[in-house]
Order: sequence, then C-alpha cells, then structure tokens
Amino acid sequence: MFKIVKREEMANGTVILNEIEAPLIAKKAKPGQFVILKANEKGERVPLTMADTDPEKGTITIIYMVVGKSTALFKSLDEGDEYLDIIGPLGKPTHLEKLGTVVCVGGGTGVAVLHPITRALKEVGNNVISIVGSRNKDLLILEKQMEAASHKLHICTDDGSYGHHGFVTDVLTTVLENQKIDLVVAIGPVPMMKFVSKLTKDFNVPTMVSLNPIMVDGTGMCGGCRVSVGGETKFACVDGPEFDGHKVDFDELMLRLQAYTEEEKRCYDEFCKIEQMKKA
Amino acid sequence: MSEKEKKKPVPRQPMPEQEADIRRRNFDEVPIGYTEEAAVIEAGRCLQCKKPGCVEGCPVGVNIPEFIQLIADKDFTGAARNLWTKNSLPAVCGRVCPQEIQCEGKCILAKKGDPVAIGNLERFAADYERTQGTGALPPRQDLTGKKIAVVGSGPSGLTVAGDLIAKGHDVTILEAFHKPGGVLVYGIPEFRLPKDIVAQEVGFLERQGVKIKCNAVVGSTVSLDELFEEGYDAIYIGVGAGLPRFMNIPGENLVGILSANEYLTRANLMKAYRYPEYDTPIPKGKNVVVLGAGNVAMDAARTAMRLGAESVKIVYRRSRDEMPARNAEIHHAEEEGIELFLLTTPTQYLGNAKGRLTGMECIKMELGEPDDSGRRRPVPVEGSEFEMDCDMVVVAVGSGANPILTNTTDGLSLNPWGYIVADEETGKTTKKAVWAGGDIVTGAATVILAMGAGRKAADSIHDYLTIGW
Repeated sequence: MFKIVKREEMANGTVILNEIEAPLIAKKAKPGQFVILKANEKGERVPLTMADTDPEKGTITIIYMVVGKSTALFKSLDEGDEYLDIIGPLGKPTHLEKLGTVVCVGGGTGVAVLHPITRALKEVGNNVISIVGSRNKDLLILEKQMEAASHKLHICTDDGSYGHHGFVTDVLTTVLENQKIDLVVAIGPVPMMKFVSKLTKDFNVPTMVSLNPIMVDGTGMCGGCRVSVGGETKFACVDGPEFDGHKVDFDELMLRLQAYTEEEKRCYDEFCKIEQMKKA
Repeated sequence: MSEKEKKKPVPRQPMPEQEADIRRRNFDEVPIGYTEEAAVIEAGRCLQCKKPGCVEGCPVGVNIPEFIQLIADKDFTGAARNLWTKNSLPAVCGRVCPQEIQCEGKCILAKKGDPVAIGNLERFAADYERTQGTGALPPRQDLTGKKIAVVGSGPSGLTVAGDLIAKGHDVTILEAFHKPGGVLVYGIPEFRLPKDIVAQEVGFLERQGVKIKCNAVVGSTVSLDELFEEGYDAIYIGVGAGLPRFMNIPGENLVGILSANEYLTRANLMKAYRYPEYDTPIPKGKNVVVLGAGNVAMDAARTAMRLGAESVKIVYRRSRDEMPARNAEIHHAEEEGIELFLLTTPTQYLGNAKGRLTGMECIKMELGEPDDSGRRRPVPVEGSEFEMDCDMVVVAVGSGANPILTNTTDGLSLNPWGYIVADEETGKTTKKAVWAGGDIVTGAATVILAMGAGRKAADSIHDYLTIGW
C-alpha cells in the first residue's frame, strides 16, 4: 500500500497533487520517468510521469488532471488514504546534458512533468528559458516552481487573462528568431507538442517531447502504447516516453488516444452519478 | 455374463463440459470436472505398468501410477499429497498441460485406444484437496537460513519457490504485476483456468512460508546486483517471454489492432470482461480476426466470442496440420463457432478517417518446401488477394524476449534473440549464483516445460546452497 502524505488541489480543483510514500521508487527514479498507479482492486492501471521525487523522505509526487473515472477516483483519495499499487520507475530517464541554451515549453498539466526536467537541465549548466501556457490564469500551475527552475520564464494564456495573450508557439517563434537555441523540450497536450515540433523543425532545432499513450503494463509487454517514430513502431513505455519530436506521428497518436473515448465517457458519467448520490 | 462381455474394457470416462452454445457467451470454466465415481472408475483403468511411460513423459516426473492408485483406493487427499511431492501446481497442470503429447501420449493404453485420462485425474485430486481437503501443508525440511529471490511468479517461478521452501530455504518471489501468477493470471483465460485456483495455489505456497512482493519490476525497481547486496544468496529468473510480436505490415497502428498480450491482459488480469464493474475497458469487436494458431490465439478467439462478437475468425498462413495449438483447444474453439481461415495471411490493414480498423487485405497461401522448422513453408498464391471485413484484430503470432531485466544486468550472456543462455541440465546462467528457466530461456513454450526447468534449477540451487557453485 502506498500512503498519500500530502494532497493539494490546483487550477480550481481540476488538477490534483499527491505526494505518496514509495521509498523504493523514490530512491531509483530520475527525471522523465513514470509510474503506474492503481487505486483499488477493481481500478485501472494509470501511467503518470512523476512530477517530483524525494529519495530521503521516500516519496514521489504526481500531478494529474481529472479527466475520467480513474482520475476522479484518484481525486477522491484524501491525505492518509492509500493507493493499492504503484509500479515504477518505468521508462527511460531524460538524457541530461549541457548543451547551451534550452527552451522548455509546457502546456496544461504537462508543466508538472516538465518541471523536474527543467530543473535538471538548469542544474547541469544550461541556460534555460521556459514558456508555459494554459487556457486561463486560474488553470496555470507551478508558476513559482518553473520560475525558480528557469533563468527566464514566459507565460501565455489562451484568453489573455495572464501573461502573453496567445499560444506558447507565438512566444517560442520570437525566441527562436532572436537567439541560437540548442534544444527545445515540449511537454503538454498532443496538439501543442505537434505544433511546437513543426515550428522547431523549420528552425532546425532538436526537439524532445514526452508522450503518454494508452498502456496497460508499462514494461513492454502489451504493445498498447505503440507510436510511430520516424516510420518505425516504438513502445512509449520502454523506448520512451521521450522521443524526437520531429519524428513522432502526432496525428496517429491522437487517434490512438481516442481508442476508448466512448467507454471512458460512460464509465465517468456513471461514477459522477454515484458520487452525486453519495453526496445527496 | 458371458466371458466376452467381462473382458470388455472400461471406456475412458468423458469429462463433462458446459454445452458449446451456452459457454461461448460466458466466462465460466468449460470442463466441469469428474465426480468421485467417474474418477475412481477412470483410475481403475490404469494398468500400473512396472516401467511407466507416462512418468517419463512428464517434465516434472509426477509419480503417475502411484497417485492414480490412491484415487482408485479413494484416498483422494493422499493422491493430492503424492502429486505435491513432484508438482506444486497440480490444479493448474491438470487443466492446461498438453497431456496428449506428454504423459497420456506415452500411456500404454494409447497404443490400442484411449489412454488413461491422467490430466483429468490430476485435476480431480487437486480440486478435491483444494475444496474438501484437510489443508495440511507438505513437510518442510530444517531451515537453512539461505535466502533465494525468485524473479517472476509464473509457473517456473512458483515451482522453484515451492521446491526450495520445502527444502528449508527462505524464498521471496518478486513480481512485476500487481498480482502473482504470471501467465496463469494475465494470459490464460478464466474459462480455461479460473483465477481463484491460481490464487489458491499461490496462497498454498504463501502458507508454506514463501514471501511474495508484487509491483517489483526487477531491472527497474531493483537490480539483480542490488538483490545480492540485500543478502540474497541465489536468484532464479523466470520472467517469461513478454515482448509481443507484430506482423510489421502497413496499418498496424490503427485503433482496433491489439497484441494478444494486451487483449488477454485486459480481459484476464484487469478483468475487463466485467467492465464497467472493473474499470479497465476492452474493445468489443463485432467481426474479430485472430492472427496465429497457437494456444494463445485460441484463447484470444474464444475470449472475443464470449465478449459478444458476431463472428470470430482465426487466420493462419499454414494448414490445419501445422496449427501449434492443442487439438482439444482447436476443437473447443470450433465447437464455439470460431471459423478457421487457413493458408491465408494479411498483407495490409485497412482503416477509416478516424484511424479505426475496417478490414484486412489478405492473400491465399500454399505449402511449398519444408523450412528450418521442418514444416512446409507457406508461399503466397499470385493473384489470390482478397479483402476481409473486420473491426478488430488480435495479433497472436508469438512473443520475444522482454529486455527490461536483461538490459540492466551485467554478466548475463544472451543468445542472438535476447534470450538468457542457461545450462540445459541445471538452469545455471553465466552469472554466478543466478539461474534462469522458462520462456526467457527457451522462447515461448508451455506451462509444464517452464515448470520442468524450474524443477531442475531448484535442485541445482539447492546443491549450490549446500555444496557450492
């Protein structure tokens, strides 16, 4: 059992942070790696890239958006409650190297995954510029943490309620036009990663993205997480989750992510109904 | 009664089963099991050969005539205990072993007619003890204080654990999934091997003192060398094959195409067949195609039928004679309405704008000259292309070696396909104090062969711990 030692709500309660006791995983995990969590006996195995780890305290931190039944179930867990199963660390860690100037681009809850990578890229001696986007000011997460992890932080909101009014790609274009960038790291919704990669390809700047496709075991056994990278099939769980953004077939990834949309919606609606009945 | 009638041999007792048209839509076990009467009659058919061929045919050397005699004598608990001396998982083996090419294939009665139903009797004795037995544990030797880590809780790992705990060692099993049992829980469906039985067999080992740690991905959560640092004296690797093979044809990443590993893991381990009571979804194809013709392919096809498919087709590039599945499985599948499309192979998958599978382009094959495997090589028949509608395909064309452990372990020699090199007689690897067995050594094979490898390795580990490497 894996106890939640800290729980926070962010972005108006749509995003949840859990710091969880998992000493073996905390000791081993590196930036970019993920875990699989299962709340209870009947629960799904949900892959989430870790937002932080504390090897001394023996904890890992996950930050997730509530999008369906399983994440709603996670949200219902309080401080002191336990996850039944957590498996990890899984996937390859981020390749960290001093390259020069690096731009870290994050959108939505992708910022949670981007944060430890940004921090590590700064720690190894890169000049780090970060660009973080959200739909509006209230949905922005980890602003202070990203500020501390970067030399320069740009914020964008779709509705202009905070920072630059527009998309992360607008700010990224300006940055790419004005200075030499050695690497772009983009983590967020698939369309964001797609358009960032498209843009950086025009500027010929290497770009790394972190993918979160549907998977079951997370150890290379099911092949559900296959993605096309440069025309080759890769398993995101063991070959990734990070890939060369210029080679990923994002359109295919988007279609594959919708494989269970109908089932998920039905399950979530049912769960919400039951939760409401419990409250009433 | 005339002399002639007296000599009339007792026929092999049939195994009662659920009717095909009922069972094809439920997940309950297909065979129902012998009654005590049928078991005693069947046991009476055994000739008690002085040199029993059946025992030779058994990869773990079960004392077959002995346990059958105990059933004939109505000492069912005695029969179960006798089985345990050679086989830690009799309720499993009685259900999934290919007896027709092992013990029953060597039965003297097989030469003239039907062999003794050894598998059914094994199942009977194990089930009797499970459900009505005394629950008494087998004897355990004096504690040795030696610690063994068993990586993987599939059939070979469970065998090693059972053998070594009985010899007085301290045994811990590390399992990557959240539930122990390996292929017995994620691969073999409920209707062939009820998961309660696996849980009971695992629980039986735990009661004997075996410790089980789930969610431990060895190679990732912990390395082999770290296990030695933690104080383990020997390690057995029985992680299975665990890397799905695909066909590498265009369109393979369309939604609706799954590996058999994924499909069966969703259905069995995650209990997606009980969705939405369980949270994991599973695609419910109307027109399902399963590629491949081994036991896994049969399991996938029969699962799809139970999940409500209108049609389920097995598409296989060779002919019926080459199908690797057990005859009984093919027979069951056909009874349940699964169609065989033999000498056929897909060349391309077809999809719609939403990226979902709509069909396959196929080509007919004919058998040419024998290939390396000794089977006649299938060659495409020119101009025989045709389209087959389908909204789901399960790829069950075999599996390869999962590299998650082997890639992160120094000193383990691998063969060119990534399988671990281990001594055939002992299971010793090239790394000191490390043994390996089962599919990660041989490539995908059967439960009982993995158990046989586990048995040999357990003997060798015991020798190492008491004598030396």
